[in-house]
Amino acid sequence: MSILVIAEHNQKELAPPTLNTITAATKIGDDVHVLVAGSGCDAVAAQASKINGVAKVLHADDAAYTHTLAENFASLIAANTDGYSHVLAPASFFGKNVLPRAAALKDAQQISDVTDIESADTFVHPIYAGNALETVKSNQAIHFLTIRPTAFDAAAAEGGSGTVEKISTTGDSGLSKFVKEELTVSERPELGTAKVVISGGRALGSAENFSIIDALADKLGAAVGASRAAVDAGYVPNDYQVGQTGKVVAPDLYIAIGISGAIQHLAGMKDSKVIVAINKDEEAPIFQIADYGLVADLFNVVPELTAKL
Amino acid sequence: MKIIVPVKRVVDFNVKVRVKTDQTGVETANVKMSLNPFCEIAVEEALRLKEAGKAEEVIVVSIGGDKTDETIRQGLAMGADRGIFVKTDEKLEPLAIAKILKHVTETEGAQLVMTGKQTIDGDNNQTGQMLAALLGWPQGTFASKVELGSDSVNVTREVDGGLETLELKLPAVVTTDLRLNEPRYASLPNIMKAKKKTIDVIELASLGLDTAAKLSIVKVSEPPKRAGGIKVANVDELIDKLRNEAKVI
Ligand SMILES: Cc1cc2nc3c(=O)[nH]c(=O)nc-3n(C[C@H](O)[C@H](O)[C@H](O)COP(=O)(O)OP(=O)(O)OC[C@H]3O[C@@H](n4cnc5c(N)ncnc54)[C@H](O)[C@@H]3O)c2cc1C
Ligand SMILES: Nc1ncnc2c1ncn2[C@@H]1O[C@H](COP(=O)(O)O)[C@@H](O)[C@H]1O
Repeated sequence: MSILVIAEHNQKELAPPTLNTITAATKIGDDVHVLVAGSGCDAVAAQASKINGVAKVLHADDAAYTHTLAENFASLIAANTDGYSHVLAPASFFGKNVLPRAAALKDAQQISDVTDIESADTFVHPIYAGNALETVKSNQAIHFLTIRPTAFDAAAAEGGSGTVEKISTTGDSGLSKFVKEELTVSERPELGTAKVVISGGRALGSAENFSIIDALADKLGAAVGASRAAVDAGYVPNDYQVGQTGKVVAPDLYIAIGISGAIQHLAGMKDSKVIVAINKDEEAPIFQIADYGLVADLFNVVPELTAKL
Repeated sequence: MKIIVPVKRVVDFNVKVRVKTDQTGVETANVKMSLNPFCEIAVEEALRLKEAGKAEEVIVVSIGGDKTDETIRQGLAMGADRGIFVKTDEKLEPLAIAKILKHVTETEGAQLVMTGKQTIDGDNNQTGQMLAALLGWPQGTFASKVELGSDSVNVTREVDGGLETLELKLPAVVTTDLRLNEPRYASLPNIMKAKKKTIDVIELASLGLDTAAKLSIVKVSEPPKRAGGIKVANVDELIDKLRNEAKVI
């Protein structure tokens, strides 16, 4: 049984969720291959070949893969599934965009956001914002899975000695073109992999006030997240959103500040190891899942917390 | 230009669903049902394109059981022109939905399909991408801005690190994210008007498509519950707990 993992990267290095996806793959079988599609990204292919558990890297080098255009990636994946029983990608915005398209090209039904692998054909994934876990058996010749990164440990970056094989590319579809990107610049750790995450909600009231959250995050070397309400109100960029339809995080410590705890928000953070909630309403639902709750006005206690740490 | 908007009837986002004791699914009897929020955003965006003179007709399509037409009616009350109801009692997977939507899209000769990025029941986030694959069209997923031209559409997408803008050749599939727009409420006169709009009903079986399930559900279970925690009195106690009990700072 051979398993193909689609690497997510920025042409320079692998994105961390790729490592968690490789761990998921090794739970299915031991012949794990990684597809690295990019443009001038030999370094990424080399990096992938060293990951513990990786037997082989398929490297497709073409200007068509400079950006992660779904049309080009899906065609490439679909052209390279022969001999594979499983195709896995991280359930990041990248994997969610690309993998369903590839699955459909192979007349396969994907299973999204897999959190547990029971056997080679039986998988667990959350539905209804994580309020239920569905176990499904896939009756298909090839299984397409997106993997929830927080549910699997990262594979060791060293220890593997996979071979790198150049594969032919499927070129540019001509259907879509990259125009521009506006990436959020931040010196802080990445939200998905940070050990500590501090999130702010609607209660912050403005982008300026959000600096209260930033100051605490800097003190703890934490990443900053937010509720949908805070993002919608423009306090922080869209990629800060934690939740059912944003990012899923599971840090050692999650501090929710001025966030009520709607099910859609909980879906993105309830697997954190320790949860702290700071909210002035003692009835706020967030307290039901918090290990430590502090009923207080955030504008008083958060600066105090930052000062005392 | 015709715009197709596929919509799904789902358990309302405010309902905390309960898993059935026999583990066959979640309880949906006597539970409030609504138009999936992302689909509502898709209807709104299509209507705005029509109002801006960039599209002639907005067609709402839904696949499902008996009361699905109520959901279609909601889209019509927002302002969509007509509806298509593909009737089936089977629970279909996203690939099957995409096959049906491909058929409808081709039959209608639509140039743009606007789906939600995700249904909040299955949380699949697949149908739009699959439909685009089956049609051989480009896809603009997780859209937070859509600029429609005559032969292309620019889509700004919410991605892992921020925003990305793509130019897609028409015809295309766009899937909507939360910040694309704020959907309108249907006004009473429009709700009345919607009652007179046409909904074509198609029996799924009459389409002759292969929509058989590829997955079987083994069980649906409760997620593990978090044990309740404690309230701390002040910042000092919080710091003490985090340092000495939880040992996370
Ligand atoms: C389709 C869909 C998808 C969604 N996806 C997501 C998602 O991915 N992520 C997400 O987060 N949400 C999501 N939501 C939104 C979700 O339902 C909630 O509306 C949102 O999480 C609320 O954000 P909030 O807690 O910041 O705001 P509110 O619910 O308004 O809560 C603000 C809280 O701050 C407290 N507060 C006010 N002032 C102070 C103060 N001075 N000090 C301390 N506390 C104070 C209040 O007591 C209150 O509890 C989604 C909704 C829908 C419909
Ligand atoms: N039964 C259905 N009928 C019509 N459209 C659907 C149906 N299921 C899903 N869709 C569309 O596909 C989008 C994404 O759904 P999903 O892939 O299930 O997360 C939804 O927001 C709808 O636009």
